[in-house]
Amino acid sequence: MDILPPLFADWFAAQGWQLRAHQQAMLEAAASGDNTLLIAPTGGGKTLAGFLPSLIQLADTSSSGQGLHTLYVSPLKALATDIARNLVAPIEAMQLGITVETRTGDTSATRRARQRQRPPDIMLTTPESLALLLASEESAAFFKNLRCVVVDEIHALAGTKRGDQLALCLSHLASLANLMRKTGLSATVAHPQAMLDYLGPNTKLINAGGGAPPEIRLLLPAQRIPWAGHMGLAAAETVLAKISQARMSIVFVNTRAQAELMFQNIWKHNTNTLPIGLHHGSLDITQRRRVEAAMGRGDLRAVIATSSLDLGIDWGGVDQVIQIGAPKGVSRLLQRIGRANHRLDEASQAMLVPANRFEVLECEAAMAAVQEHTLDGDPPRPGGLDVLAQHLMGLACAGPFHPDVVFAEVTSVGPYADLSRRDFDDVLMFVENGGYALAAYERYRKLFRDSEGLVWAANDMVVRQHKMNIGTIVEASKLKIRLAGRRAAFGPALGEVEEYFINNLTPGDTFIFAGRLLVFLRLRDTVVEVAEGGKGDPKVPAYQGGRMPMTTHLASRVRTMLHDPSCWTSLPDDVQEWLHLQKQRSVMPGPDDLLVETFPRHGRWYLVAYCFEGRNAHQTLGMLLTKRMERFGFRPLGFVATDYVLAIWSLQEPDNIAQLFSQDMLGDDLEEWLAESSLLRRSFHHVAVIAGLIHRNQPGAEKSRRQVTVNSKLIYDVLRKHQPDHVLLRATRADAGGGMVDIGRIALLLERARHKIVHMVLPRVSPLAVPVMLEIGRERVTGEATEDELLLEAGALLDDAMAPSAVAV
Amino acid sequence: MTATRVPFHDEILLLDPSGAVFLSAARMLVVADLHFEKSSSAALQGSLLPPYDTRITLLKLQRVVNLYQPMSLVFLGDSFHDRTGHNRLHTADFALLRKLAAKTRIIWVTGNHDPDLDSLPGEIVPCWQEGNICLRHEAQIINSHYEISGHFHPKASIMTRGKRITRPCFAMHNKRLMLPAFGTYTGGLDVNAAGIASLFPAGGQVFLLGKDRLFRFAMPIV
Repeated sequence: MDILPPLFADWFAAQGWQLRAHQQAMLEAAASGDNTLLIAPTGGGKTLAGFLPSLIQLADTSSSGQGLHTLYVSPLKALATDIARNLVAPIEAMQLGITVETRTGDTSATRRARQRQRPPDIMLTTPESLALLLASEESAAFFKNLRCVVVDEIHALAGTKRGDQLALCLSHLASLANLMRKTGLSATVAHPQAMLDYLGPNTKLINAGGGAPPEIRLLLPAQRIPWAGHMGLAAAETVLAKISQARMSIVFVNTRAQAELMFQNIWKHNTNTLPIGLHHGSLDITQRRRVEAAMGRGDLRAVIATSSLDLGIDWGGVDQVIQIGAPKGVSRLLQRIGRANHRLDEASQAMLVPANRFEVLECEAAMAAVQEHTLDGDPPRPGGLDVLAQHLMGLACAGPFHPDVVFAEVTSVGPYADLSRRDFDDVLMFVENGGYALAAYERYRKLFRDSEGLVWAANDMVVRQHKMNIGTIVEASKLKIRLAGRRAAFGPALGEVEEYFINNLTPGDTFIFAGRLLVFLRLRDTVVEVAEGGKGDPKVPAYQGGRMPMTTHLASRVRTMLHDPSCWTSLPDDVQEWLHLQKQRSVMPGPDDLLVETFPRHGRWYLVAYCFEGRNAHQTLGMLLTKRMERFGFRPLGFVATDYVLAIWSLQEPDNIAQLFSQDMLGDDLEEWLAESSLLRRSFHHVAVIAGLIHRNQPGAEKSRRQVTVNSKLIYDVLRKHQPDHVLLRATRADAGGGMVDIGRIALLLERARHKIVHMVLPRVSPLAVPVMLEIGRERVTGEATEDELLLEAGALLDDAMAPSAVAV
Repeated sequence: MTATRVPFHDEILLLDPSGAVFLSAARMLVVADLHFEKSSSAALQGSLLPPYDTRITLLKLQRVVNLYQPMSLVFLGDSFHDRTGHNRLHTADFALLRKLAAKTRIIWVTGNHDPDLDSLPGEIVPCWQEGNICLRHEAQIINSHYEISGHFHPKASIMTRGKRITRPCFAMHNKRLMLPAFGTYTGGLDVNAAGIASLFPAGGQVFLLGKDRLFRFAMPIV
């Protein structure tokens, strides 16, 4: 205990605390100047452990007031603000005289200017604000005496573009401040090595160990368990009952649309008017802050939330977490459950509410995984080349650099450790002059090289422009929703929806948003004007990328469970009955095979493949399979994908299933489809914005963005045709190959199928196929027709409808 | 490539899927809003877009000219993206223009983006009268005469099978024909937007550009 100076020891004692083993280890590591990664569950005193070495150092010597000593970076602005508040308590109690300030996008210009001249001892910031600081000419002097950087929630940053940006910033900070230590704080993760690598070589792992294992139970609706659907609305009343028994609950759902609907349904039954709020990423920021503040005061009994509450401030009052719908992944589930955990030694309480029969299996599998302490999630992907482009421009804004030096710098951090020199040079060339084969941009280059090989920013304009466009969060084109105010003025802002949702509305249509029933009045510029009330069947806005797929780990657990009837006894009766029936009528999918059923129904043939590779992979597979079925002459009509299975229907009976699922599927068809798919175009847009090809903000001119920018789709088409190996297209393919297309998981599946494909030709639909058959009417069906064919069909349809009636027979 | 034939006053128009229109009696080919040098215009502002747009547009134009063998070729304004665009034309691209000029008479109608055209092969005019048809950059609200114009970059969206398909299009009613933008980096304005819709108060027809044919729909599109 003698590592703690008396002043601190007294303060610990006054709090009734003891120095924990991991806090001690952090102090020791700091004393020997080691980089550290602390892995600890929520409630483990993680933040204090991260700051303690800095506080002691700053208190001890005359180090305070010597410029910025410690930099704290978190993915959330709110977290930075909250941590600042929490740090002030010990600093004031011990009268340490250490200054702590935040610096985020909300910080005023005067305050920022003051911070540059007189930096605080400890500064709390976000990756974007740090990147902006590093792009200034004074950055070298500003960070010269930096001793420590603390990265919070590192597990949420690694593998994302924001994480890439931060890693690059850290690589540069390390060369500006040669006495700097790096400290990462992480929740328990499946890939601790990747987190260590993220911080760079020679990072010491300090593991605080797990807390008490959570207590998780299944919560089933009173009625039979639904066959299909993923909203879980049938459970609203049961969930409300549980809310009323706890002090404060967080009710997690999987999508924003689901949050809105669940909120409506719970309130329908909420006759006691328990204070229950709503929280999701599209709500106006002031609304979200209001809900968070009410939670902090303990004024709410429950909040219906999406991943917007996965991270962030620890609300002491939360004592129950309810997850509605499939958990999708074990790590994700634990993260959510952890929101109800405030003391390491107490088990957090959680309930899972499956929305359909397959989700019952998924919930059971997740609970078993939690019991066995297994975690999941993909290892973080390599750093994006688009983010590197933004970083290189930022460096040039701060001052001239030598490419060799910077290459050594960026490859010192995990995400870019395997970056090839060729990719690095191509990215630099792109920033410099666009990197086009046709060297037309000599006159417009953004960087130039002097005779010593140093790279400089070409002029003030490109510097100003870069600083206005820092950041890696690219949002879909969104429109603000505001209530109509008096005299044509706008009323309060409610939040944002994606543009395409509004495009499909006509004035008078109703929709549910921010927990209210709204009627669409009109679109004024980029503002959707609405009023409360309205009649008719309300719509619910959906958001791109809202649904995440089930992890591979969870999927293989579900497959194993299905195959082993001894696991079924713990399942609800109607689920057991369903599985036994499947066993009689067909077979169960095995743990390492691929079951494909085909059967006729209402004059069509259905092919149902039990792949369990998640919805995204199934979507891609559906595209590829329909293409092949077309060639095989089966005349496919459409397909629908869930997290568990893929169903395709056709006019002809599909046979030769092994051939259909052969591995050559991932060849030309995939390339061709990918290149044309809207997915790649969307990825390209993000890459182009992050890399600085398209600017979100333009200095000076207040012209609307549409006037000055060129549609990224047009650029994509041109580049794909005329320079298919351009570095931005390479970055795009790397992005798209991951999550949304999930080619890796399809490859695994086809490998499984190659060894063992089980084809059952059935006289009628099998019990296990019923859920996906019920989805057919609900999901948008994606056929194989090209856009031109669809236009032709739509045109013909209209012509028929409009034709003079005399022509009709 | 199948063009759509539509009568227009004493002319038969061939609406081409490339976005050009051919006046078959006058043997005149008309294209609008090419926005040459849009990429270098963006580069001046710090966005280094792929610089291939002017060449692509010119080669597309060359193909259409070879197909219709027109006596004259009319650029219907905004041929260059900005006032100085014609000075930035790559020498190879300029040579392509000359080649076209050797085959056919070129008429440049000026537009709001390129009011100061000069030193180009062909005639530079504010508008062009071809028989009873007036060719101008921007449509006039009151058109007592037949008129062919560009400027608005019309596009239209069709909802079908839960999917929205958006394409550049011709818009047409009685005496008015509006051309889609022919340029490579040209976006568009929806025909339902006020700017275009007010020019077609009684509705009309749109012809969406397809790969090798047009798709006709009634305007306004519901």
